[in-house]
Amino acid sequence: MLPIVHIDRLSKRYILQPESFLGRSLRKILSPSLPSPASSTPGFDHGSEEEETEQHFWALKDVSFDVAQGDVIGILGRNGAGKSTLLKIISRITEPTEGCVVVRARMASLLEVGTGFHPELTGRENIFLNGAILGMRKPEIISNFDEIVAFAELEKFLDTPVKYYSSGMLVRLAFAVAAYLNSEVLVVDEVLAVGDIAFQKKCLGKMNELSRVGRTVLFVSHNVAAVENLCRRGIVLDKGGLAFEGTSKDAVRHYLGGISGARDSTRHVIDLTAAADRRSVLLRQLEFYSNGSQPLVEGLQIGASFQVRVHFELPHLTSNFNVGLGFNNAYGQRVLTAASQFAPGRSAGSLLGPQVLICDIPSLTLTPGEYSLCVSLEIDNAEADLVNDAARLVMIESDYYGTGRVPWNGTFVLKHRWYMEKPVSTS
Amino acid sequence: MPSSFEVTIRARTGWQPVDFKEIFLYRELLAFLVWRDIKIRYRQTLLGGLWAVLQPLIAMFILTFIFNRLAGVSSDGPPYPLFAFAGLAPWTFFSTAVSQSSNSLVSNQALISKVYFPRVFIPLGAIGALLLDLALSLGLLFLLMLFYRWPVSAKLLWLPVFTLAAVLATSGSGLILSAFNVSFRDVKYAVPFLIQMGIFVTPVIYPIRYIPGHWRILMGLNPMTGVVLGFRYSLLGSASPWPIMGLSLAMSLAIFVAGLLIFRRMERRFADII
Repeated sequence: MLPIVHIDRLSKRYILQPESFLGRSLRKILSPSLPSPASSTPGFDHGSEEEETEQHFWALKDVSFDVAQGDVIGILGRNGAGKSTLLKIISRITEPTEGCVVVRARMASLLEVGTGFHPELTGRENIFLNGAILGMRKPEIISNFDEIVAFAELEKFLDTPVKYYSSGMLVRLAFAVAAYLNSEVLVVDEVLAVGDIAFQKKCLGKMNELSRVGRTVLFVSHNVAAVENLCRRGIVLDKGGLAFEGTSKDAVRHYLGGISGARDSTRHVIDLTAAADRRSVLLRQLEFYSNGSQPLVEGLQIGASFQVRVHFELPHLTSNFNVGLGFNNAYGQRVLTAASQFAPGRSAGSLLGPQVLICDIPSLTLTPGEYSLCVSLEIDNAEADLVNDAARLVMIESDYYGTGRVPWNGTFVLKHRWYMEKPVSTS
Repeated sequence: MPSSFEVTIRARTGWQPVDFKEIFLYRELLAFLVWRDIKIRYRQTLLGGLWAVLQPLIAMFILTFIFNRLAGVSSDGPPYPLFAFAGLAPWTFFSTAVSQSSNSLVSNQALISKVYFPRVFIPLGAIGALLLDLALSLGLLFLLMLFYRWPVSAKLLWLPVFTLAAVLATSGSGLILSAFNVSFRDVKYAVPFLIQMGIFVTPVIYPIRYIPGHWRILMGLNPMTGVVLGFRYSLLGSASPWPIMGLSLAMSLAIFVAGLLIFRRMERRFADII
């Protein structure tokens, strides 16, 4: 049987250079060859062509794979690996530069929840509008209307303009519409990153249901647990290329192994002076260590010790300063805050100039995945400096419980024990 | 589930034929987009739909006062207010629709980068919604004609033709301008200026006979000339310089076809550069 989606040597090139110079922009628009590669545009002066090649960036390079009817495929990859570009091409939002995709079914994509919602329209009106935008027919929307409303749990607010909805309500409504799309292939980008846990579960349940009735699903997520549970197959993209293709379990393993090996995410010395959008540059540098004074260059195993040396500067003599470290997971949710004001008995007296404050976590027990660290400096009870996403920390699996079984779900692992209650003797 | 169709996604270059089949498949969405624009246009306004008739009505009073009373511009037969209003109704439609549709792609960025559907619907939807305003102001024109006891003739049967010409000219301009606006935001600044100037090269304020004979045919290159003359011809029974009107109608069609093709050619890069 022919694959329902056939992806053949797909490549996409973006031009990074900003379109400031009128002549060049005009030529780009009128040039018949774009967005094909520069090498196939004979007749243009070669000087500027070379200049352009330097500004190129291949978001996707030679990716090929097939999707069979009823497949549920998880697509994994770090930020910038080309996941979204791939989905955008499959969804026909943007054209590939080379290669092709053959789709042999009605397809619906959900690259972002709530696209096409209009704040002035009511919930009811937006269900129709959003449904139509996603490719639903009016009778289809009408026949699913009650279920959509029930799924979104918004019966009471149907006739309220959605500008008065909370963000959680919006997400529920948006996903509910998409969940009832009657398409053979469903393409879903990281949409579960929003919404509360209960709703995320509901969405995953719905997708599970779709896959059981034989729908084909292409699913992009950072949530490795979701990919492993939901998908049978997995592919991993890395720097625009296909890095792995196989079962979802193996793909997740490959993905986690890959990110822990990535140099740039875990250099042990991080310079903060270049980070943008700050009131004043007082935080200077972070250094990561594990197991005493071992520089941390790879991922950190669950339960290993973690030490951060924060270099910063005090602009005036003060004893009232605090440093905070925040750990955010892939969904941007704060999972741990370690701030010096919580630490007991820290008093250094009045200080001025460059300082180093060390945060020592004897055993960090976050579950495997990538975490983003943010650092803040507070002086005289006011925020003096803050760097969001200052560094990435990759947690990798370890035999934390000493049983050979590796924790996967949840946010944390904690030592705990299980035991049977002694049965009450009945004899 | 046998799949009835097959889509191949690959890089296309050069001019592309317009995919009317796909546009037909998605026709419901166009209706929804028009409906959305109508619904939200006058939300949270005090006067609501009255704005549709107030604009040409107030413009009519001002033009009558300044050009007819002060400057002594005369009409080509009917009372000047009627003459002015019959020209202002299609002109207001054209100017509002062109300025709204030329910004429509940029203001619907999220849609373009996140969902697929025929892109032409965005500028066309903005124009479609304004047809309702045109209908309302035509209703007001009939009331004015009643007030001035100005008769309607069988020439009224021509009105749909000129309305179609107005839609074609507006759509063509809207498609071209909105597509260029994606790459060059200069359009945003140029359009209001061009529209302001446009009223002077279209016989809205003055009758076409004010233009010297040998220059008159050049006015036909402006598609809105034919529309304005045609509206006056079919509604008020004014003179009908067919060579000019015919040229204008041909220009409307040409602009529309050019708009579709140019838009088609540029749309494939919208998501990348918007």
